[in-house]
Order: sequence, then structure tokens, then C-alpha cells
Amino acid sequence: MATVYNLFIINKSGGLIFYKDYGSAERMDTNDSLRLASLWHSMHAISQQLSPTIGCFGIELLQADNFDLHCFQSLTGTKFFVVCEPGAQHMEGLLKVIYELYTDFVLKNPFYEMEMPIRCELFDLHLSQAVQKERVFILGR
Amino acid sequence: MAPVIPRSGDAAFANVERVNAELFTLTYGAIVRQLLTDLEEVEEVNKQLDQMGYNIGVRLIDEFLAKSNISRCVDFKETAEVIAKVGFKMFLGVTATVTNWDAEGTSCSLVLSENPLVGFVELPDTCHGLYYCNILCGVIRGALEMVSMKTEVTWVRDMLHGDDAYEMRVKLIKQVPEEYPYKDDE
Repeated sequence: MATVYNLFIINKSGGLIFYKDYGSAERMDTNDSLRLASLWHSMHAISQQLSPTIGCFGIELLQADNFDLHCFQSLTGTKFFVVCEPGAQHMEGLLKVIYELYTDFVLKNPFYEMEMPIRCELFDLHLSQAVQKERVFILGR
Repeated sequence: MAPVIPRSGDAAFANVERVNAELFTLTYGAIVRQLLTDLEEVEEVNKQLDQMGYNIGVRLIDEFLAKSNISRCVDFKETAEVIAKVGFKMFLGVTATVTNWDAEGTSCSLVLSENPLVGFVELPDTCHGLYYCNILCGVIRGALEMVSMKTEVTWVRDMLHGDDAYEMRVKLIKQVPEEYPYKDDE
């Protein structure tokens, strides 16, 4: 039973730099994932402007009938978001873990170019473990 | 009213991996030495160290934010305090003191209590004008730029030059607003 469907990372100018599938029913093709990412980037920006609360930093959670979308934006402008099962818990925690993994295995890789698509095996590996752990944790309850 | 933020980097420092201090100091020394050999001009070495620091800073800031549980700072004063107390502690194991604010609150001095980069270092006469720790200025400049603050960071006192402390001057040039450039004609 999959709880996390997929994970996206968007750089601060709105480009998709990472996309990973964790067992959604069918894999999204590259064009769709790029489209979704830039759409979310814009919606997130617009939501900041439209929000009635002062000092709003954008949408954090979008709930739909068949999925939830949790988004975390770092102070440097990089956005991380996961699409998961409706009502899945602990996604803020997972996003924070993902952010830490990103700083460790992407940014510290001297051959990673900032703002460019992420191709780091170590990152992939640790990410899968983190998502897996999340799954085990939920099943264990 | 102020948000609760950690006032010290002790917790973060306890959680990061550490290396032998001597290895760190000697590695940095080797880098500076190599730059002097390659670039010959002391001024160029200062520039290069600053640039290297900048490249580190733009990446380091995310790790800092991810692991220190710092939230948005309300003003530049708070930013300076956070760098001095949390940032320096987390990455170098030392803390700095923030002093000498100017009237506008846009520039201040960071005075280092200890400097782990300079162990064993004695500057020869040929290196007059070398800011041995210039990399730190670059790191701060790079890190702050990623959170939309343009700054200028320079050394004003350096014990290697015979001064009585290590003092960096951090000057806020401008705060770039975090808005998207919404211009209709573009």
C-alpha cells in the first residue's frame, strides 16, 4: 500500500529539478510532470498574493478527493512537494527530512550545479529509505 | 512577540559530523598556500578566497536552515545575531560577538572569540595585505545573498596583522524583495 505517490522539487525560478515516482497507479510522463511543477510554482506564488492573511508564504496543503499535496518552501525559495494518499500523516516531517537529505547529498556534492536537475545516486538512495520508513511507520500503527 | 528561535547553535553543533580540527586547519592552510603559488598576487588570492567562500555560502545556507530550526528573521539585527551565535557555532564550533552597529542598523561588526582557521599560522612579510581568512567573508556574503540580502563583508581587524581581535564588517547593501517580477510589459 503506497502512501507517498510522488515527490517533486522545484528550484526558485520554477524549474522542475527532481521528480520521483513512488508507486502511483501510472507513471506521469516527463512533460506532465514539468507542466504540473510549473503550474504549482505559479499557483503557489499567486496564493501568496491572494491570501487574506498578512505574511502568508503560500499553499502548504492541497486536499482533493483522491490525493493530498503537501508543500514545503525553504527560505531560499526551493520548493519540495509530495503527492500522497488522502489523509496521510506526518508529511511535514517527511518534507523536512527530504530537505535535510537535499542539503547533504545534493548541495554538498561538488559536482552538482546549483539550480540544475538533480542526478545524485546517494540522494535517490537515502530518499527511498526515508519514504520507505514513512510507509513502515504508517503500516505499523 | 519575537518568534522562538534557538539562540545558540549548541544543539545543531552536537548533531553535525565533525573532523579533526588540525586536519581542517592544515587543509585550509594548504589551500591558501596553493593559491599564493598559483596566483602570485596577494590581492588576487584575497579575491579568490572570497569567491570560494561565496560558492560555499550559497550551498551552506540551506544546510544551516534545514538543521538549525531557524525561522525567518525579522530584521538585519536578528540576522547578524543568528549568524554570530548559531551559524558560527554550528559550522566552526566558535561564536562571535555582534558590536559596533551604525545608526541605520545596516552594518555591524562580528568579532570572533577564537578562529579555528589560523592555528600555526604566521604571515611572512611577503604576504602583507593577505586576508588569510577571507573565505569566511565570502561564505557570509553568499549565504545572505540566497536569503535575499546583498551584503559586503570585509575584514577590519586581523590578529595575523598584529591587531587584537578578528573582526569582520558586515554591511547590508540592499534587501531584494522576495516578490516575483510582475511587470506587464515584460
